[in-house]
Amino acid sequence: MLLRTAVIVAALTMAAAPAIAQSFDDPKEFARQRELMKMPPQGPAGKPWEQHVGGQMIDTSKYKKPGPYRICFSNAGVGNPWRVVGWNTMQAEVELHKQDIAQFIVADAESKDDKQISDINSMLSGQRCDILIVSPNTTAALTPAIEQACQKVPVITFDRGVLTSCPVTHIVPIGGYAFGIYSAQFIADHVAAGAKVVALRILPGVDVLETRWSAAKHIFEEKGVKILGAEFTDGDRAKTKSIVSDYIARYGQIDAVWMDAGATSTAAIEAFEDAGKKYPVINGEDQQDFLQKWKSANLTAIAPTYPTYQWRTAIIAALHVLKGEAVPGPIWDLPDPAITQADLDKYVNPKLPPLHYAMCGCESMPGYPQRWGGK
Amino acid sequence: MTVAAKHTKALSARGVAVIGRLNASYLAFLALLIVIACITPSILEPAGFMNFLRRGAPLAVVASGQLFVIVVGGFDLSVGSLITLTVMGSALLINNDPGKTWWVIATMYGIGLLAGLINGLVVTYLKVPSIIATLGALLSIKGLALAWSGGSPQGYLPDNFRQFGRLTLHDVPGLGVLPLAVIVLVVVVAVFTWLLHRTNFGRLALVVGDNAAAAALAGVPVRQIRILAFVLSALSAVTAGILLGGFSGVSTDAGDGFELQSIAAAVLGGAKLLGGRGSVPGVVSGALSLTALFTLLNLLGLPKPLRDAVQGLILIAAAAYSVRRQEWSG
Repeated sequence: MLLRTAVIVAALTMAAAPAIAQSFDDPKEFARQRELMKMPPQGPAGKPWEQHVGGQMIDTSKYKKPGPYRICFSNAGVGNPWRVVGWNTMQAEVELHKQDIAQFIVADAESKDDKQISDINSMLSGQRCDILIVSPNTTAALTPAIEQACQKVPVITFDRGVLTSCPVTHIVPIGGYAFGIYSAQFIADHVAAGAKVVALRILPGVDVLETRWSAAKHIFEEKGVKILGAEFTDGDRAKTKSIVSDYIARYGQIDAVWMDAGATSTAAIEAFEDAGKKYPVINGEDQQDFLQKWKSANLTAIAPTYPTYQWRTAIIAALHVLKGEAVPGPIWDLPDPAITQADLDKYVNPKLPPLHYAMCGCESMPGYPQRWGGK
Repeated sequence: MTVAAKHTKALSARGVAVIGRLNASYLAFLALLIVIACITPSILEPAGFMNFLRRGAPLAVVASGQLFVIVVGGFDLSVGSLITLTVMGSALLINNDPGKTWWVIATMYGIGLLAGLINGLVVTYLKVPSIIATLGALLSIKGLALAWSGGSPQGYLPDNFRQFGRLTLHDVPGLGVLPLAVIVLVVVVAVFTWLLHRTNFGRLALVVGDNAAAAALAGVPVRQIRILAFVLSALSAVTAGILLGGFSGVSTDAGDGFELQSIAAAVLGGAKLLGGRGSVPGVVSGALSLTALFTLLNLLGLPKPLRDAVQGLILIAAAAYSVRRQEWSG
């Protein structure tokens, strides 16, 4: 609880710092992502982790080197189930390219900025890295370290970004606004006019989450869906369940629940069960426990994703760059699919752990499903 | 003064004396309930109140166990991690096979027993201050839980495990609904009340907390009593873990914050932080007050940062009042 409070305070402080004021309500970015959502992805069919939406290809011939390569990776950490799945997926991807990768050097920053900065510095001074992949812990803090790194080796970033365009490419699914648009649009389409929705958010100040909520709020206001309240749950299941129960006690019928991430979605649904109320229209994410609950309780739901297959793309991009092959850049927008009722059966798999993220692109990879905790 | 007037005066003096002797946490709980009822009258109905008790049961159970450690003059900071270990470990071992539930629950109690013993032995024989010893335990147990499960919840909890947190008996005469969690809570509170207030062990524990040196000189087995206190705390943490896992499912941070909240509940309930005084019903009422405070702030719909600030201030005020009350009543 103390650590979480410290993170919240830190996130709030960072969000308030004037020099790096990030707007979480950027209409240009909102419009751009809305456009990207409609575009068909380009690239090999059936392999969304190798596809890109919009953007252009950049020339990387100046980075061409003979293999096999030493790839260095600075990981922000594996402090949540999404990152655990991503890390497992990345390791499987490395195994697929054994013949091209001489060494895969990894530093785990344990979700600490200062450790990640020192990891990057020590990797570049101590090891001979042919390329550096970074999944930054926080945007502003890691920017100087990455700018310094760019001067020594080609750098690829993914997931959270940095405030510099020096990396060869930055890999990210379309973005938070897209998530918010998908989820809020679905809810608005499946409820009557003037219906009531409760928004559940993890914590304030995190860019990925803030943009999701900002987009959802726009859509709800556009479509006339009434927002009863936006609560912070700290990602805690018991808190989520208690908050939803209190809302049910206060308002009676709640038509929909909007969530900025799916880890506590089953807790929210159970609150309705325990109160004996009808299930709401809800959005979750691609976690197995949500997908399974969706199927077994026949929910009206959608699961927008922040695909863990982007961890595969990082390795693939690194190899392309070192072979001098063109990659999408300076931002590689990966397709950002949402799981709908139609494709639910493809992704449900009770043999996998409850917080396994189904959109990992890992079904045909070495070690599936044991590497991801499945049976 | 007339006889009637004297009688009334005597009665009101007695009334004041009763309220004066009443634990501050009862008044706090009552006050919070009344404010909540103004917003949601349903909390005063049996179904609403039972639901509230079900949500507050894990904290009340773990706070009752924590009380024993506080009474003998220590702190147990490892209870939160033990709750997390119970939830994650149970999910991993049971893995959705209802046949395994009972022996896994027994295993978890075994682990709790071991954890409590280790805590107790480190504090009594190695003479490490309990706050450090249990802080070390907090880190080790949490690390163990995460390493065992690979950082992310594994396995699923079947219904016969989750029933402890979710099952509600209907058509109960008088109450209407009765959650299983409330039955567990009542049993635990009854047992712990009996242990602290009606057994020799309880009386000796209070003595040990009050003045350990004098107790040792008087022949009280101080070490054994301290170890038993840590064991009780650990076992109550496992019980709370079962209730919490049942209520909300598996997650890696299920138990976060319970160690500090249980200590706060104990202080609210009139326990003295350096030992020697405490009451189980007081602690339970303190824990329920904390749950009521959380519920009230939810219902008021304050923005989150303000909510945290208000919660902190009310906690300080209530604890200060509780401590002052003790000093007045001697």
